Formats: sequence, structure tokens, C-alpha cells
Amino acid sequence: MQQEAPGSAVISLLVDNESGALARIVGLFSGRGYNIRSLTVAPVDEHGMQSRVNIVTTGTPADIRQIKAQVERLVPVSRVADLTADGPHVAREMAMIKVVSSGEPRTEALRIAQAFRARAVDTTASSFVFELTGSTDKLDSFIELMRPLGLVEVSRTGVAAICRGPQTIQSL
Amino acid sequence: MGEQDKMTPQTASSAPDAQKPQTLPGAEVLMRALDEQGVEVIFGYPGGAVLPIYDALFKQNRIRHVLVRHEQAAVHAAEAYARSTGKVGVVLVTSGPGATNAVTGLLDALMDSIPLICLSGQVPSSLIGNDAFQEADTTGITRPVTKYNYLVRRPEDLAPAVHEAFTIARSGRPGPVLIDLPKNITVGDAPYVAASQTPMRVAKGTAEPDREAVKRAVAAMKKARRPLFYTGGGVINAGPKACENLRKLVKLTGFPITSTLMGFGAYPGNDKQYLGMLGMHGMYEANLATHGCDVLIALGSRFDDRVTGRVDAFSPDSFKIHADIDASQINKIIPVDQPIVGDAGRIIEMMIEEWEKEPAYAHQADLAAWWEQIEAWRALDCLRFSQDQAPDAVIKPQKAIQRIYELARETGRDTYVSTEVGQHQMWAAQFFRFDDPNRWLTSGGLGTMGYGLPAAVGAQIAHPDALVLDIAGEASTLMNIQELGTIAQYRLPVKLFIINNHYMGMVRQWQELLHGSRYSESYSDALPDFVKLAESFHAKGLRATRMEELDDTIRAALEHDGPVVVDLCVTEGENCFPMIPSGAAHNEMILGPDQEERGAKVTREGMMLV
Ligand SMILES: Cc1ncc(C[n+]2csc(CCOP(=O)(O)OP(=O)(O)O)c2C)c(N)n1
Ligand SMILES: [Mg+2]
Repeated sequence: MQQEAPGSAVISLLVDNESGALARIVGLFSGRGYNIRSLTVAPVDEHGMQSRVNIVTTGTPADIRQIKAQVERLVPVSRVADLTADGPHVAREMAMIKVVSSGEPRTEALRIAQAFRARAVDTTASSFVFELTGSTDKLDSFIELMRPLGLVEVSRTGVAAICRGPQTIQSL
Repeated sequence: MGEQDKMTPQTASSAPDAQKPQTLPGAEVLMRALDEQGVEVIFGYPGGAVLPIYDALFKQNRIRHVLVRHEQAAVHAAEAYARSTGKVGVVLVTSGPGATNAVTGLLDALMDSIPLICLSGQVPSSLIGNDAFQEADTTGITRPVTKYNYLVRRPEDLAPAVHEAFTIARSGRPGPVLIDLPKNITVGDAPYVAASQTPMRVAKGTAEPDREAVKRAVAAMKKARRPLFYTGGGVINAGPKACENLRKLVKLTGFPITSTLMGFGAYPGNDKQYLGMLGMHGMYEANLATHGCDVLIALGSRFDDRVTGRVDAFSPDSFKIHADIDASQINKIIPVDQPIVGDAGRIIEMMIEEWEKEPAYAHQADLAAWWEQIEAWRALDCLRFSQDQAPDAVIKPQKAIQRIYELARETGRDTYVSTEVGQHQMWAAQFFRFDDPNRWLTSGGLGTMGYGLPAAVGAQIAHPDALVLDIAGEASTLMNIQELGTIAQYRLPVKLFIINNHYMGMVRQWQELLHGSRYSESYSDALPDFVKLAESFHAKGLRATRMEELDDTIRAALEHDGPVVVDLCVTEGENCFPMIPSGAAHNEMILGPDQEERGAKVTREGMMLV
């Protein structure tokens, strides 16, 4: 097996909604030295019995396979998919970005927000809170552009992801 | 995921038609569930949070309780009970310090794939989070050292949690499961739910192995010219039938076989196809065969770093087949060519079926040449050591261990052997050979000093009529020496052989080889008089210091119908060889002084051949 280049991967899990389940997953990552770039969790079935966890992690393809195999061992985890490897998928996150400025920077911020289709969800005379949904890269570039224009605070959800087409995490 | 109190399978909704379950005090529900799971023995230690459980134990007579002297020992005893019987071991400890004392044992069981249930007391649910007396976040602390754990928060979850815990502990790759029991749950009433009424999550690794993968593996085996089986504890865990089939497969193929420390007895230790243990202190022939083989068949073994040595130099030219029940072990350390996920026993069976199909194995001549090479390595006699035979000569530790093995074998009794951790453990691994599985009890993955004496307790409780030996070091044995109290109380005829070299020998050896012989803190100073110590624990104490006393002392110990502690005073400076220094490859083994010269030559020749 050749050493393959490291990259980032989105791993999605279905987990029994029991106390300690998230700690088990997070503990596995920290205990084995795997990286968590972002993490999202919420119940997804109609009775709230199962949660979906999306984790963005990094490593070589062999590392990612190992992470997946380790997570699969956890008793409350009923499904694991490496969305990056298992076919095309959509990955989105949402961010709220606060910009405090006036004059030219303020108008420039608003103009860029429009170009990105970010929504101003809170507006005062001296500030905006923009809401933006999109790929991690899109959010990153928006935030970079806001930095010189009075950016003071960022709140991001982390990535939620799903595979494209009729397939589901269950059928992958 | 958060705050919901959803623990364990949802019983209420799952069996709507079943009659209303019987309600009993929680502690009695627990007893019934344990009984239904076939539990015969619990190793434990009482305390406030588990008093209701001890009361329920008192009121029944189906389950026996063995009172240890430290909770760590309860876990090791249960591990040995489990390893030596194939059943699930059960531990009962109180909250707080009782539970934290069990942590080392739980990790030991996790690393060595031992099925265990640890029941821990917890403060009442209403006090959890209040820093109550003897409160510990036990599920938090034990999460990374168990296969799974529960905090039972609702009475209706109690019986289902117990049933599911046993399923999880014993299925797939076995391991320890902890159930934390708040006092209000064991005191208050709870419904009894039978195992058959409990929905359980399927254990991973229980699926039928992929037949095509087995076919490809066997096809590679048929092309092999220098094959080698490398088997581990997974075969033991797969059960006696798996071990029987392993023998059949090895005989059918005529291939050599080496074993990990955890796999002893899966294949008969004295058979000539068996090369002994591989790895850091493994046999010369086993390690060079591992290095030189062209097809390596790993069955229920996990390429531990004590086995592989330098990973990038491990068995460099072989096609690697890896059968393991735990998919995460495959390609974890060593990339393999043919993985097979599943139970080792089932995979061995399928390998036999495939091997017996056409075409027949056609490389007998190459295999014979390979055996010739192996015999040349074997001829080096890598375990040979020189012992001064004068009556007053100091005993070498190797000699002591070799004689214990030989004299125990002469008794013809079914023998279980536990060890502590250190040089004595490695010498025991080298000199003891087992005809049957489940007889060798050692802490492999974690290397826990203090394992051996409580393990001997567990084995003797499980096999009252068997001969149970603990091969110990003087330093290790002091880590759980209080178990002499348990041994006395239950009149367990355990034979504790202390290979007393007055050093943490394994530490001393590494200091000699790697740290310029600066023996920092590795001298066993201020040792107790082990003979008097034995006597104060109502056991027989014996000592041998000279060669002329060795055999008689061992015999006297083996013949004594009761617990014995033997202080075998041996030479202090002996090193354990062969040795692959960490970070080195299998063909860079260090040999003992007796073999060094010839070894260098044989190694060079060997290298040219493979
Ligand atoms: C609980 C624990 N602490 C420390 C160690 C590190 N260690 C490994 S072997 C050893 C020395 C063991 O000495 P002894 O029991 O006398 O055995 P010997 O090597 O002399 O045969 C030590 C300290 C360990 N394995 N376990
Ligand atoms: Mg010692």
C-alpha cells in the first residue's frame, strides 16, 4: 500500500440517541489522535431516537479508513459513511458574521454580502450580522473579505452533509 | 444528543403484548438477570453504594461471591476466570474508589479481548453531579477502558441493560462492559424482563465471513513456498472447536506456525510444526521465519508492536492474509493483501474446506526446503543458557522456570499458569508449552504488573481441582500481594513461584542495554521475607537459593495440598534473550551470550537464503 496524500473527509454517522454517545465518539477521536475540524449533531428521526453526526476530519485515505473502522466499533453507532469516498455529496455550513464599521467599509461589507447572497439578519447603525450558508470554502472566503471591513465575531455551525441522488446513508 | 435519559434498549414499547412484567427490588432483578445469564461466580468488594446488592446476594445461594482484597484484583480474577473457562467474568465494586480501583483491570481486559461485566455502585440518581460522598463519574472514567458502559437511570432499563451487556461482552471481539447502578435503582422496585424479551443491538463482527475472501486467501496459500501461520488470542476466543480446526488446518497444509503471547495452546506447544512465540522476546526461528516467509497467514492476531518490531521492516516480502473479527485491526499497523473479517473459528473451517478442493498444493519441494531452513535456525537453540550445576551454585532464573515447567508437567495434572509482568513472564512464555487452550493467563496488551496472583485466584476458583501456578517477579507480585488473603480465605491451593532476582529485571535489562547500565530505581530494596509473609497469610512458605535445593523445593510446593509461596532466589543480572530491541527488525535480534557467535553467522546465512 502506498502512502497516499492527506486530505479532508466528511464522515457521517447515525447514532442511538443515548447519553454519553457523543462523548464516546469525541473521546475516540481525541484518544486516538484523530483530528476533528468540525462537528454537527442533531436528532434526525421522527421519534428523536437517532442522531446524525457529521464530522470533518483530516488524514490520508488509510487514516480515514481506520477512523471509519474505529467509529464503526462503537455500540451506539448504527451507520458510518465516509461521504467523501462513497460518492458525490453536498456539504454545507451556516455562519453568522458580525461586522462593526461605518462609512466606506460598511457599504463595502454590504456590497460583498449581496454578492455572496448573505442575509443581514441583524442591523444597527454601526453593525451587521450576516447569515451565510454554503460550502466551507465559500464561508472562508467571505470571512476573509470581511476581516478588513470590521469583522469582530464569527459563529459557525460546522458542516452538515448528505450524499447526492436517491441514495441515503443507509443504502451507501 | 444530549440530555435525554434514554439509556439501553426501550423495553416498554418493544414488548407491548407481553404480560405485565413482575416487579421486584432492583437488586433482586439484578440477581435474576445474572442468574439467567448463567453467572455462577462474582468477584467483588462491598461498600455503601452496593449494600443493597450485597443484601440480595446474601439472600440467595445460586451465585457465589468471592471476596477479593482490592478491586483491581477482582477484575484480574474475573479475567482469568473468563479466559480459563470461556465464560463471561463478573465483577462487583462499590462507587467512587471501588470503581476507580477497577479501571486498570478493565483496560487490561479490553486490550486482551476478555469478556467481563463490571457492576459498579453509584450514588442515588438525585445526587449525581453533586460531588456526593464516593461519587465518581464512573461511566465517564471508564468509557475509554470498556467496550461499552451503561448508567442505569430508569428501573425499567435495569434488566435489559444486564442482558444486553452480556451479549455485547461476549459477542464479536469480546471485551469488558460496565454497568453503573445508582443506589435508588437497586433499592427501588424494577420490572424483571427476560433476555428473550429484550431487544438487543447486534454485535459487530458476527457476520459470516466472505467466502470469496477466504478463497483468495487459500489460493495464495496454495502458491506459497515459504508460508507461515501467525496465530493469536482470537483463536482462543473463538473456542475449543476453533483450536481443534486450527490443528487440522496446520496438519493438512504442513506449514509452520508461530503464536503471539496471547495465543498459547491454540496449537500444541510441543508439536514440531510449532515454532514458538514470535516478537520481541520470541524464538529465533519464529522471528526469522516471519521475516523470510512469502505468505503470512495471520489468524486472530493484531500485529501488536511487540510482535512486529520495526513496522517498515516487518515480514517485508510476504503476501499477508489477515483474518480478524474486528475490522478495525485490519490494515491498522501493517497493510495486508487479503483481509477477512469474521470469527477466526469460522474462517479456519472455511479455509479447510477450500484447501481440500482442487488443485492440490504443488510446492512440496519448496516447503521442504523452507523447513530445512527453519530447522537450521532452530538448531541454534536460542533459549539455551549455561547453568553451573554445582550443588551450591546460584540458580539462574531460566533454570528455575524451566524446572517448574518440567516438574509441573511430570505431575500429569491439568495445569493453569498465570504470570506477572517482566523477564519472568517472557521466560515463562519461552519455556512453558501448552497442549490446550485457555491454560495460559498473562497480561499481554497492557502488561499489568500485579495481574498474576489475582489471576491465579480466578483460575483456581474456576478449576478447583487443577494445578494453578503463578510465575511471578518479586516486584510485580508485591503489587497485589494482598490477594494471599483471598487465597487463604477460600483455601485455594495456588502455587506462587517468585523468581526473585532482586531487580525489576526487565527494567534493569533495558537500563543495561539502552541507558549505560545506570540502574535508576530498579533495585528491589527492602523486600519482605516472602517465607514469613506466606506464613502470616496462612500459606506454606518455601525458599531455594542453591541449585541443590531447586528441584526439591519445587516438588515440595507442587505436592503441598494448599497455598504455597516459593521464594526462588536467582542470579540478579540475567537478561532475557533473544530480544528484538524496540525499533529494530526481526532479523536484527540480539541473542544470548551462548548463541551470539553462531547466531551472527546463521543470521547472515539465513539472510542470504530468504
Ligand atoms: C503496573 C506497572 N507498573 C510498571 C510497569 C513497568 N515494568 C515492566 S516490567 C517491570 C519490572 C518487573 O519486575 P519483577 O516483577 O521483579 O520482574 P522481573 O522482570 O524481575 O522478572 C516494570 C516496573 C508495568 N509493566 N506495570
Ligand atoms: Mg525481579
